[in-house]
Amino acid sequence: MTRAVITGLGVVSPIGIGVPAFADSLFAGRSGIGPLAGMPDRPLSIPVAAQVRGFDPAAHVDPKRLNLLDRTSQFALVAAREAVGMAGLSFAGPLSERTGVVLGIGVGGMTTLDDAFLRLYGEGANRLHPLTIPRLMFSAPAAHLSMEYGITGPAFAASSACASSGHALGMALLLLRAGMADVVLAGGAEASLSFGALKGWEAMRIASPDTCRPFSKDRSGMVLGEGAAVLVLETEEHARRRGAEVLAELAGVGLGADAGDITAPDPQGAARAMRAALKDARLDPDAVDYVNAHGTATAANDVAEAQAIHAVFGARAARLPVSSSKSMFGHALGAAGALEAVTTVLALTHSIVPPTANFTEPDPACPVDAVPNAAREVPMTVALSNSFAFGGLNAVLALRRV
Amino acid sequence: MSPTPADIEDDVLQIIAEKGQVDRARLTPDARLADLAIASLDVIEIVFALEDRFDIAIPFNANDARQEFATVGDILRAVKAVAGESRAA
Repeated sequence: MTRAVITGLGVVSPIGIGVPAFADSLFAGRSGIGPLAGMPDRPLSIPVAAQVRGFDPAAHVDPKRLNLLDRTSQFALVAAREAVGMAGLSFAGPLSERTGVVLGIGVGGMTTLDDAFLRLYGEGANRLHPLTIPRLMFSAPAAHLSMEYGITGPAFAASSACASSGHALGMALLLLRAGMADVVLAGGAEASLSFGALKGWEAMRIASPDTCRPFSKDRSGMVLGEGAAVLVLETEEHARRRGAEVLAELAGVGLGADAGDITAPDPQGAARAMRAALKDARLDPDAVDYVNAHGTATAANDVAEAQAIHAVFGARAARLPVSSSKSMFGHALGAAGALEAVTTVLALTHSIVPPTANFTEPDPACPVDAVPNAAREVPMTVALSNSFAFGGLNAVLALRRV
Repeated sequence: MSPTPADIEDDVLQIIAEKGQVDRARLTPDARLADLAIASLDVIEIVFALEDRFDIAIPFNANDARQEFATVGDILRAVKAVAGESRAA
């Protein structure tokens, strides 16, 4: 079977723009969660978020083109440039049509939509900006990457709320295995911290009033984030032929649906997806050294995820390192799975498990070794990255050190 | 004229019955929401409808076990407490 390897990484995140800054924060357990900024002076009971601070779009995109790009696409473009640069690829010649783009987008160009509807309904404007639709469409970031590089192979967005980029990376793996591409730029992007969207989250009453404490007894809910991550995936053969430095292998993916509740997680669905990823990678549960958890810090997710981990790993579950990086970069929805895939690759290449930050006290209801507050050196060969979305749509990636 | 506690109770039970799709006769104060097949998402909808009906804010975070609504009585008490406050103010 065709093997898929990772040869480039790029991130725009609340804990660093660029992989070196991102890795520093991850291993230092430094959280990017802070007071929510840039909102209108109206009541909102979500006081904190993980925002990408200090991102200057004009530093990355020329003013003429910038007009076409929603913040979501801006993040995707900057992350992709880093990943492609790291991989040392150029797409001229036959590689153009042998390369694809698959990006996970959870809720799309919310800030563009919010601005437009504020004008329309709030201010009584009669016309909207002509680029409103091309800016906000879910597929815009993937389209912009194809245009940036002249990539003419399969390009599309994948959407499954909080698991979107897990599905995107899974689809990229399948494109490579199916022989439909030799290289795929895969990942996810999200920039949906608009006032309107946040009022929707507020109404669900699951956002934390202070910070994100996954698996901790006093956890108080999720913290919303934003950002993008892009990984360069290519067939092992293609990478070897061009002498590329291989960072890790995307060995398998497990996809599935709970077919249960629109918001409540199902431990059985989560366990099925983890087992499917291991089976796809032809790995035994005993081979897994680390699980990068979905770990949203909601009461429900963390209990369900811990139960699923116990179901899959049995007696090993209690001592298997399981950490949630959402404690540092929040929940970036459609970008979450890709940011966490990059996190998992960095964990494998450094043999260091990034911690679960903000952890205060173990919760008997989720008995996992959450690697509280301090990174840990662990010899690692195989790691899982979990994404479990609202609607019960699950995607688990199995990654292997090479 | 502001609503009496009995009016409030009547409205609260009406809203729980409607949103939870359960027979009003089953809504005794010690009836457990789980036993009435009222799920967590239903509770959030019920809280929203109550806030809208009484123009109040009910402090409720689905992640905080200290303010969990387990029974019909828990919801009644929470609404009466907040509605009482807003009348006193």
